[in-house]
Amino acid sequence: MEDTHHEEHHHEELGFWRKYVFSVDHKVIGIQYAITGLLFLFFGFCLMMLMRWQLAFPGRALPIIGGLFGDSRMPSGVMLPEFYNQLGAMHGTIMVFLGVVPLGVGGFGNFVVPLQIGAPDMAFPRLNMASYWSFFLGGVTMLVSFFVPGGAAQAGWTAYPPLAETTPAPGQALWLIGMVFLITSSLLGSVNFITTIIQLRAKGLSFMRLPFFVWSQLVTAFLLLLAFPPLEAAGFMQLMDIVAGTSFFLPSGLVVSGQALEVAGGGSPILWQHLFWFLAHPEVYVLILPALGIVSEIVANNTRKPLWGYKSLVYSVVFLGFMSFIVWAHHMFITGMGTVMSSFFQTTTMIISIPSVVILTVLLLSLWGGSIRFNTPMLFALAFLPMFAIGGLTGLPLGLSSTDIHLHDTYYVIGHFHYVVAPGSIFALFAGIYYWYPKATGRKMSELLGKLHFWPSFICMNFIFFPMLIQGMAGLNRRMYDGGASYAHAQPVLHLNGVISAAAWIMALAQVFFVINFFRSLKKGERVGTNPWQATTLEWAAPSPPPHGNFATEPTVYRGPYEYSVPGAAQDFSPQFNPDGGSLSENQTA
Amino acid sequence: MSAAAIPYTVEPRPDSGLNNVKIGIWLFLASEVMLFGALFAGYILLRVGAETWPRGAEFLSVPWATTNTVVLISSSVTMVLAWAALMKKNFSRYKLFMGLTVLAGFGFLGIKYIEYTSKFHHGYFPSTNTFLSIYFLMTGLHALHVIGGMVVNAYFWGPGSKMWKTHPQQFINRVEIAGLFWHFVDLVWIFLFPILYLL
Repeated sequence: MEDTHHEEHHHEELGFWRKYVFSVDHKVIGIQYAITGLLFLFFGFCLMMLMRWQLAFPGRALPIIGGLFGDSRMPSGVMLPEFYNQLGAMHGTIMVFLGVVPLGVGGFGNFVVPLQIGAPDMAFPRLNMASYWSFFLGGVTMLVSFFVPGGAAQAGWTAYPPLAETTPAPGQALWLIGMVFLITSSLLGSVNFITTIIQLRAKGLSFMRLPFFVWSQLVTAFLLLLAFPPLEAAGFMQLMDIVAGTSFFLPSGLVVSGQALEVAGGGSPILWQHLFWFLAHPEVYVLILPALGIVSEIVANNTRKPLWGYKSLVYSVVFLGFMSFIVWAHHMFITGMGTVMSSFFQTTTMIISIPSVVILTVLLLSLWGGSIRFNTPMLFALAFLPMFAIGGLTGLPLGLSSTDIHLHDTYYVIGHFHYVVAPGSIFALFAGIYYWYPKATGRKMSELLGKLHFWPSFICMNFIFFPMLIQGMAGLNRRMYDGGASYAHAQPVLHLNGVISAAAWIMALAQVFFVINFFRSLKKGERVGTNPWQATTLEWAAPSPPPHGNFATEPTVYRGPYEYSVPGAAQDFSPQFNPDGGSLSENQTA
Repeated sequence: MSAAAIPYTVEPRPDSGLNNVKIGIWLFLASEVMLFGALFAGYILLRVGAETWPRGAEFLSVPWATTNTVVLISSSVTMVLAWAALMKKNFSRYKLFMGLTVLAGFGFLGIKYIEYTSKFHHGYFPSTNTFLSIYFLMTGLHALHVIGGMVVNAYFWGPGSKMWKTHPQQFINRVEIAGLFWHFVDLVWIFLFPILYLL
C-alpha cells in the first residue's frame, strides 16, 4: 500500500509536458488522438468545401476568401485544375488516414479498450506514445506538402502510377513519406492493442464476455497489422521510382505529354494497384468496425436490453476480418483481369456481404421491444443503421463486374463509400463522443445542442450523398475539374451539383453547435458520477475521469457484457463488475 | 501493487502462457512477414511480366553472397549461445557470444558495402533495370533490418547488460526477444540469397 501511495504521489508531480504532451497514459494519448483526428476531419472537410465551390460554379471566382490562396493555386480567386487535384487527393488521404482511423482506433480504441477490459493501461505505454507521435509527424508531413514546389500530391488518395509518378515529384514524395510515418504508427498501435486485449483482461473477463467494442478493435488491429505492410512495401517502390529513377511501376515505352519517358521501363502499374488495394480494402473495415463497435455499445445501453445475438456478432466480425483480405481486386475489375479472377473476387465480395448484413440485422433486431431512450448518442447510433445500410447495399452492384463496368469511377462510387464512411462511420464516432465524453471529463454534453447538431447533419448528409448516386448512374465521372459541365450526357444531372454544395455548406454550419457544445460542456456541463448512463461494461466502474492507473481496486468480472433488464434483478442493469447483479450504490447513479 | 503497474511484463499470464513482450514480438514479426511478403510478390510479378530476366550471377557476386550467408547463419548460432549462456547464469560467456553476434553483423554489412560499391563502379544502379531495382530495394531494406538488430544487440551487450544484476529474468527475456528478431532477419536473407543470386 505504501508503494501505491508513493506511485500516485510521483504521478501528481509530473510536469505539464510529461502529463499532457509526452504522456504515456492511454487516456491522454486517446484524447490526443481524438482531438488531432477531429482537427484533421475539419481540415479535410474544408478542402472538400473548396472543391464544392468549383463543382457548383465551375471557373467562377470564389468570393471573399478566394484571393487568399495565391496565384499558384487560385489566381484572382479562380481555382486551377492542379489545385483542384491536390484538394481531391488530400481530402481522401486526410479523411481516411488522418481523420476517421485516428479517431476511431487511436482515439476511442486507446481511451476505451483498457477501461473496458479492466486494465491499468495499455501493455506497452511507451510504444503507445511513439505511435501517436509517429502519426503526428505523418500528419505534419502531409500538411507541409501543400507548400512545396508544385504543391501537394495530385494523383488521388489511391496514388495510381504512372500518373502519380508524372505529377510534381516533391508533393508525391512527401505523401509517400507521410504514409510511411502513418504505417509505422498503426503498426505500433496494433501490436499494442492485440497484446493488451489478450494479456490484460481482468479476472473473469473471458473472450465471450468482452464488450463487442473490444472485439471490433481486436479485429481492426489485426487488419492494420497485416494489411498495411504491403502498402509500405509499395510505398518504398514508388518512392524509389520518384527519387532513384527505378521503374517498378513504369512500363516500357511510356509516352507522357507526347514525350517518351526516359526510364528503363519493364515495371507494372497493376502491381501498385494490387498492393494498394490489398491494404485499402481491409482499410474500409478499419473505418467501419470501430463504428459498429461504438453503435453496439450505445444501442444495448439505450434499449435497456441485451444485444440480440452477441455470439453472431462476434463470429461475424471475425469472419469479416478474414474475408476482407481476399476481396481486394473487386476495385480492379476494369484493369482487364481474366474472367476466372473476376469470378473469384465477385464471389468473395458477395460472401463478405453476409457477415456485414448479419451485424446490421443483429443491431436492428436489438431495437425490437426495447424501451428506447432517445438521447443524442442514441440518435446518432440509430441514424447510423439506415445510413450504413444504404452504403452497404449500394456496394453490391460495384462488387459484380458486369454492373461495375458501368458504375466504375462515377459519382455512384463516391456516393456509395461516403454513405459508409460519412453518415456511417463519422455519425458513429459522434455518437461515441457524446457517449464517452462524461467518462473522459466528468461532465455531460448538452442534449439540446446535441440535437441541434444531429438533425441538420442528418438531413444534409442525405442531400449531399444521395444526389451523387443519381449523378453516377447517369454516367457522371468522378475527379472532374468542372463537375461534368463539359459533358453532354451529364447535363440532366448537373443542377444537382448546386444542391450538393449548398447542403455541404449548411452542414458545416451545423457543426458549430458541436464545437460550442464540446468546449462549453468542459466547464458548464452537468456533473456526473461514475455511471451516468447506467451501463453495464467495465469502463463505468472507474471514476469519471479515471485517474492514472484507472481503477482504485483491480476489477473482477462476474457476467456477460450486456445484462440489461434481467428478470428479478433490483434494477434494469446488472453491471459486469457487480458480484450480486447490482443493487444501486450511491456513486453509480447519475 | 502500484496503481499503474502493468501485469505480465516479465512473468507469463497463466491462460495464454506468454508474457506481453513475447506476444508483441511475434505480432511484429507477422507484420514483417507481410512487408517482405509483398516485396517477394512484387519480385514474382515483375519477373513473370519481364521479357528477359538476368541470372543473378550476371550482375552479382555469388562468392561474396555465399560468404555472407555463412556469416549471418553463424551469427544466429552465436545469438542462441549467448541466450543459453544467460540461462546457465554464465555472464562472461554471454558477453563473448553477444559480442561475436554484433561483430558478425559488422562483417555482413562490410561485405554488403563491398558488393554495393563494386556494382556502382560497373555502372549498375537501381535505375538500370527492374532486376537491379528489386535487388537494391530488397537487400537495402534487409540491411536496414540488420542495422536495427545490431543496434539492439550492441545495447544489450554494452549499457543494457547492467540489467543482469538488477532484473536477471527480464534481461533474459529481452535477449530472447532480440534473438527472435535476429533470427527473422537471418531467415529473410536465406530467402533473398537464392532468389536474387542463384535463380
